[in-house]
Amino acid sequence: MKTFTKGGVHPPENKLTANCPIEYLSVPRSVTIPVSQHIGAPANIIVNKGDSVLTGQVIAESKGFVSAYIHSSVSGKVNKIDTVTDTSGYKQTAVFIDVEGDEWVETIDRSEEIVTESGLSGNEIVQRCLKSGIVGLGGATFPSHVKLTVPAGKKCNILIINGVECEPYLTSDHRLMLERGEEVLMGVSLLMKALGVEKSVVGIENNKKDAIEHISRLATGFKGISVYPLKVKYPQGAEKQLIKALINREVPSGKLPLDVNAVVHNVGTCFAVYEAVIKNKPLFERVVTITGHSVARPGNYMVRTGTPVMHLIEAAGGIPEDTGKIVSGGPMMGKAICSTEVPVVKGTSGIVLFPSGSSERNPSQPCIRCAKCVDACPLGLEPFLLMTLTEKELFERAEKERITDCMECGSCSFICPANRPLLDYIRLGKSTVIKMARERISKK
Amino acid sequence: MSNLLKVSPSPHIHGNETTRKLMTGVIIALMPALFASVFYFGYGAIIVTATSVASCVLFEYLTGRFLLHRPATISDGSAVVTGLLLAFNVPSNLPVYIIIIGAFVSVVIAKMTFGGLGNNPFNPALVGRVFMLISFPVQMTTWPLAKGFATSYTDAVTGATPLAVLKEGLRNGEPVSGLISQIPTPAQMFMGNMGGSLGEVAALALILGLVYMLVRKIITWHIPVSVIGSIAIFTAILWLADNEKFADPLFHLLAGGVLLGAIFMATDYVTSPMNPKAMIIYGCGIGVITVIIRVWGAYPEGVSFAILIMNAFVPLMNTYIKPKRFGEVIKNG
Repeated sequence: MKTFTKGGVHPPENKLTANCPIEYLSVPRSVTIPVSQHIGAPANIIVNKGDSVLTGQVIAESKGFVSAYIHSSVSGKVNKIDTVTDTSGYKQTAVFIDVEGDEWVETIDRSEEIVTESGLSGNEIVQRCLKSGIVGLGGATFPSHVKLTVPAGKKCNILIINGVECEPYLTSDHRLMLERGEEVLMGVSLLMKALGVEKSVVGIENNKKDAIEHISRLATGFKGISVYPLKVKYPQGAEKQLIKALINREVPSGKLPLDVNAVVHNVGTCFAVYEAVIKNKPLFERVVTITGHSVARPGNYMVRTGTPVMHLIEAAGGIPEDTGKIVSGGPMMGKAICSTEVPVVKGTSGIVLFPSGSSERNPSQPCIRCAKCVDACPLGLEPFLLMTLTEKELFERAEKERITDCMECGSCSFICPANRPLLDYIRLGKSTVIKMARERISKK
Repeated sequence: MSNLLKVSPSPHIHGNETTRKLMTGVIIALMPALFASVFYFGYGAIIVTATSVASCVLFEYLTGRFLLHRPATISDGSAVVTGLLLAFNVPSNLPVYIIIIGAFVSVVIAKMTFGGLGNNPFNPALVGRVFMLISFPVQMTTWPLAKGFATSYTDAVTGATPLAVLKEGLRNGEPVSGLISQIPTPAQMFMGNMGGSLGEVAALALILGLVYMLVRKIITWHIPVSVIGSIAIFTAILWLADNEKFADPLFHLLAGGVLLGAIFMATDYVTSPMNPKAMIIYGCGIGVITVIIRVWGAYPEGVSFAILIMNAFVPLMNTYIKPKRFGEVIKNG
């Protein structure tokens, strides 16, 4: 069975919600929709206070090539345009909408019928992705139309579909593959068409045998799509590691998958592409896993963007007494949120509640030079060294040791027997090095 | 739930491993060899080991408490490991005061002066051993023979180690074939039935420890395999060139401290390199230097010196030998 070769760790899987079917979460009384739910320029708000909006209506327009449209996830009245604290803990502009009913934009096809033919050209597909605000739903939220536009001089000959879901606890992609497999695969064909490739491979980790079986069976009805089970290892869902695992190409340092003629999309994105292209439905809801060992009713929910996290937690039985930390995303790369009013956004794949007992780190001890971090680093870096260089502010040396290659997967901090905050320091060093490099370029 | 949520950067979960668990793992891996030596050497082995462990722990506690003024570090278990390894490297009838001096050198001078666990450049137990070897050459080379459980401590029957027999014999111009009768058979050596340091004699027990540490992922294969492999290859070349002047590779692997060194001393986290490529070079360096000392040097055994010499190269290797980065070599297809 395939997997990536270098580094990796095996955190306990804890997929508590693997057997919980996706439920539609009720629409909250009000939503808060941030204008920056993607990588790139924040969208430009085009509604005003007091305006009435419909579900699926554009409320903010894409500003520049690397940006994305934002749509209202509910129908109602714009209450205010103000700042909101987002997942990262920073404040950003958002549209606050008071919900009235649930009236959708007319052009959205709300029928259950699965359409397997589009008849659209590649360019039309890309345009629809752009207009529907599709971004990568695996977590990075990179605007999809950008990834579908192959720049001159580059070529793409394979589309890789990420069904790995290597983060512990999360099961949203797993359930989507099981319950909406045809739509996902239809989305894959649309993406293949948009990219002009004949071949696509879907990678699914072997802890989701039911999904592997289901998608493999469905894939026989689609041209050019093959499915591979992958040996469970974190961080297999990382773009470069997945490409290595599936087609044994190694994306060079500082380069993109396109440099090895590949493009990677997440299964969640494929589903969103299907809905956008075939059903004309913009991206305003997604599957979110709500889970944790003390959560009364953990599950997978289809949640409208802008829904306060608290609304989702209430559906799962409320905040358990012992909760100490709430993480948006998975436990390895997710962000701890500081308020339950934080809205669910396009990139929210899950909400994990940790008991206070496991919310704090154990104290850091001296490095015993066991080299387990070197062993675990999927990028072949030396985390212990990068931490020391950052501590000593030797940033030039850190740059030579390729600190900017770090994708912040957290394997080093996870494995360290001395509980050293390796990744904390590496992040600090990395951002300083990037800043230094920018200054160097601007001086020239 | 308390009103305030905790926030911290990712990752939000941590693996099960701790320094203490790793050290406990090493201690467990050393147990078969300890049992074997108690079986062969009797009370002496128990007294020497207990004294060594107790004094290492005590010295670490005292230095930390009264000289460095910092919280006690003895609970991490590294002092116990040093104590066991120090005991494993000396004869089982070594006078108690010498072992205490050795423990002092190991822990206070070789480890705590540099800042404690994680900061010492040289393997503490080996520094202690070499100090004792040079300061007390007679007591450190008086080897009790493995004659089954001995109830007396200082009056054990002593004799030369197989390596010393070979060295002495070759120096007097005797051929290897003539010396074979004076040394134990490979099977006897494999089971540990020969003279030597307390913990080095039983190959089988040491290999059990190695298997445990590999399975438990305490160490990787790189260092033990490269030390053992390089010694085997180097001695095989010499042996094939002239089997009357040089002993066979199996003899070299089973006699003396090769296995103890390769499995437990060279793999010491703090003093060994931190990436696979450097580990292999380090291991081969130890192997080659060991053979050079054994065959051409003044001492019959060279493992300790070889490891200490290679320890000195570790910072250099960590700086100049880098792991292969992901995406460094473009390989498509």
